[in-house]
Amino acid sequence: MTSTAPKKGPNIGSIVVISIAIAINLAIAKLMATWSYSWFPPQASSAAAYVDDLFALETGIGSFIFFGCTGVMGWVLLFNRAGKYDESDGAPIEGNTRLEIIWTVIPLLLVFAIAFTSMKVNDSLNALGPKQKYAIGADTSALLSADPLAQVGPIQVIARQWSWEFRYPDGVRSSELHLPIDQRVNLQLQSEDVIHSFYVPAFRLKQDIVPGSLISYSLTPTREGRFRLRDAMFSGAYMSLNQSNVIVESEQAYSDWLKRSAKQALQPGLDPGRVLYDRRIARGDKGWATVPPAPAPMVNDPGDPSIPHDA
Amino acid sequence: MTTTNYDPRILKAPHPVPGAPDNWKRFFSFNTDAKVIGIQYIATSLFFLLVGGLLAMIVRGELITPPADLVDPSVYNGLYTMHGTVMLFLFLFPILNGFNNLLIPTMIGAPDMAFPKLNAAAFWLVPLFAVVLMGSFFAPGGPASSGWWSYPPMSLQNPLNHFINGQFLWILAVALSGISSIMGAVNFVTTIIRMRAPGMCFFKMPIFVWTAWAAQTIQLVGLPALTGGAVMLLFDLSFGTSFFRPEGGGDPVLFQHFFWFYSHPAVYVLVLPVFGIFSELFPVYARKPLFGYRFVAIASFGITFLSLIVWVHHMFYSGTPMWMRNLFMATTMLIAVPTGVKVFAWLGTLWKGNLRLSTPMLFCLGGLFNFIFAGITGVMLATVPIDVHVGNTYFVVAHFHYVIFNTIGFGVFAGIYHWFPKFTGRMYYEGLGKVHFALTFIGATLNWLPLHWAGLLGMPRRVASYDPEFAIWNVIASIGAFMLGVASIPFILNMVSSWARGPQAPPNPWRAIGLEWLLPSPPPAENFEDDIPTVISEPYGYGLGHPLVEDEEFYVRRSQEA
Ligand code: HEM
Ligand SMILES: [Cu+2]
Ligand SMILES: [Cu+2]
Repeated sequence: MTSTAPKKGPNIGSIVVISIAIAINLAIAKLMATWSYSWFPPQASSAAAYVDDLFALETGIGSFIFFGCTGVMGWVLLFNRAGKYDESDGAPIEGNTRLEIIWTVIPLLLVFAIAFTSMKVNDSLNALGPKQKYAIGADTSALLSADPLAQVGPIQVIARQWSWEFRYPDGVRSSELHLPIDQRVNLQLQSEDVIHSFYVPAFRLKQDIVPGSLISYSLTPTREGRFRLRDAMFSGAYMSLNQSNVIVESEQAYSDWLKRSAKQALQPGLDPGRVLYDRRIARGDKGWATVPPAPAPMVNDPGDPSIPHDA
Repeated sequence: MTTTNYDPRILKAPHPVPGAPDNWKRFFSFNTDAKVIGIQYIATSLFFLLVGGLLAMIVRGELITPPADLVDPSVYNGLYTMHGTVMLFLFLFPILNGFNNLLIPTMIGAPDMAFPKLNAAAFWLVPLFAVVLMGSFFAPGGPASSGWWSYPPMSLQNPLNHFINGQFLWILAVALSGISSIMGAVNFVTTIIRMRAPGMCFFKMPIFVWTAWAAQTIQLVGLPALTGGAVMLLFDLSFGTSFFRPEGGGDPVLFQHFFWFYSHPAVYVLVLPVFGIFSELFPVYARKPLFGYRFVAIASFGITFLSLIVWVHHMFYSGTPMWMRNLFMATTMLIAVPTGVKVFAWLGTLWKGNLRLSTPMLFCLGGLFNFIFAGITGVMLATVPIDVHVGNTYFVVAHFHYVIFNTIGFGVFAGIYHWFPKFTGRMYYEGLGKVHFALTFIGATLNWLPLHWAGLLGMPRRVASYDPEFAIWNVIASIGAFMLGVASIPFILNMVSSWARGPQAPPNPWRAIGLEWLLPSPPPAENFEDDIPTVISEPYGYGLGHPLVEDEEFYVRRSQEA
């Protein structure tokens, strides 16, 4: 299967045109890759830079491919359109085996390169914080040694329909998660009802919390501020409100906060879906069925949702 | 190259059913003519596209402002769950089976499907499970509301404790849909393997037939897993077993494996025939042979094979060990290779063509454009660290709508316009078609392009309310969605008025090459009956000047005189 068109020698004109097109495309791809960093929230964990770099790399490669392919489409649309009464056929090219092998092998190499790069990043992220799953009731001594490198924790993270509760090693409980900056923290994620997901966009990290398992999860926050913690796994009527904040502060502020909170009596914590549920009950429990929310967790520090979050 | 041993007298199916009506009433009867069944499928699914679209517009209406103020959150969850379920099980799967019914027999020169009665039964299951699914709107507590993937233990929560509840009906409907699809798949695969016209070896088959074959093979392998998972879920929900219930020692993640083992490949069941449509239409409207026909044909089965070993990419952050994540990342990315082969082949087909921008071609070009974009975001999602950030956010929603609507939906529209004259015997109105395309392209882009950014910023999916920083993207998306609603008006007008009063269609209005274009428009009940042509060349011989079948003039003349 080869072209029936007559063989020609190298055509200087088209080589020049193609080179210019490739150069422009490369420049655009580079711009897109640079621009892609601005599409994310600020980087607030040691994982974030890896994710953003990988994304920028793929945005660059992807843009090159996208504009390359759609550029061809644009060219054809501009220059290869049939006139109104033109009934003729196009060039009867059936295929070109060499070309087809080339465009099979190049993507193959490209995806292997991307996969390999990502696997290396995976290794680094694993070193940043291993994720391990234990069946509930497993030997807890194993749990405690889950992450020997952790400097803080383990902090228990308990997800419910629909609230978050955090329990610190010294017994303090809160509705917002406080973490000291630049320290590796080990979290132990658990759910009391359905699957939830621990997701902090500024950290670029997400972990499903599967009921029946205890998940050991480590991370290192690297930027002070109030960051949004979102439940990313659909978990029923008020899942969209099942949000809280992660407050990353200096080591000093963190230990001050722990001391202050320890002195506060337990009180109902954040329970954002409650308002809507109460309104529903007041209207006569109308609408399609929903499970009633779990009672608000009892915590030392309920946090303050009125303070605006950074990202 | 071997030829098939084909004796039309043996395979002549006993049909039409004696006494089957021969007027419009045939579309409402248990008719065994694949062409009638095809139109039944397509009309039914277009109706449900409107239903699903209406649900989507309420959902997008809710999301036009940050707080949950239009509908109660529990209602919201039911609406988008039903939206997803209707779109997949009542719009896309059935409409593609409609194309299979219309095109497979006519393209391979068979008088009908191998099992005409099974075929009709498979279709009539669709309205049956549609009633079950729609009936769930009236179930106590409302329809299923745990998303179209119905992950336990969410899907096992049954607050009102009724035995008949939305989730129960949902599982029943999905199981019936699976049965219908398996019946269809057995039929399509058998027909393709056993009933090709004399001379039509596999490498003379049109690409649509190749892709339908590859897609239906997935159905045969994957559907049993989904059905098994659904049955276990039903037992957990209704009879107190604990396959997936953690309190009883069950594993919720096990369901995810069952579910995605089928539901990932399922997108290829949908997209492969659309690749087939692209491969049929680009040559016609660019007036060129399909570039690298054999590569494109073989790539279909490459996709089938790979699609069966990538499902864990939906579970990267659900506690999957790293070695498994790495493995499935690699297999997922490999799919880019055979799909890339196809994309390049289409571009090669367009190159130096003589393009005619009629409505079907516009939808194909728009679909290809969007698919290139979707492919790139797909590789991003396969990259574990990126998926850990954007998984379950609007980035995913944007990506899969780029595949499911902006590619598959566009391909479906292209196919409808292209084969409309053949199967209805009428021409559609080009002007209305172009308006439909323009509104659809702009609406779809406004709807889903911005949502990529909402997802990158961290907006989770399936939320009834969201933080105000995501508002701008959602306003644009909702405007796009309403525009898509408006786009359905010229489409419906066109279909209805053209079929009723459009100009008579000639047998081959696009001067296309293919067995179906050698039939009169609309084709008679048994297509070529006993006079099945003998195929002598590869399809897509545009500009090559050789006939497709022996005695081509005879068939052309006969189709014109009919
Ligand atoms: C016509 C315009 C459409 C609009 C405005 C629209 C909008 C939406 C929205 C807002 C969601 C919820 C996303 C989430 O929170 O997870 C959604 C989900 C979904 N859509 Fe669409 N969609 C449209 C068309 C389609 C089509 C044509 C299909 C398939 C053929 C489709 C399949 C789905 C599926 C499978 C889901 C997931 C449902 C779930 O998570 O349970 N949509 N759509
Ligand atoms: Cu949740
Ligand atoms: Cu998948």
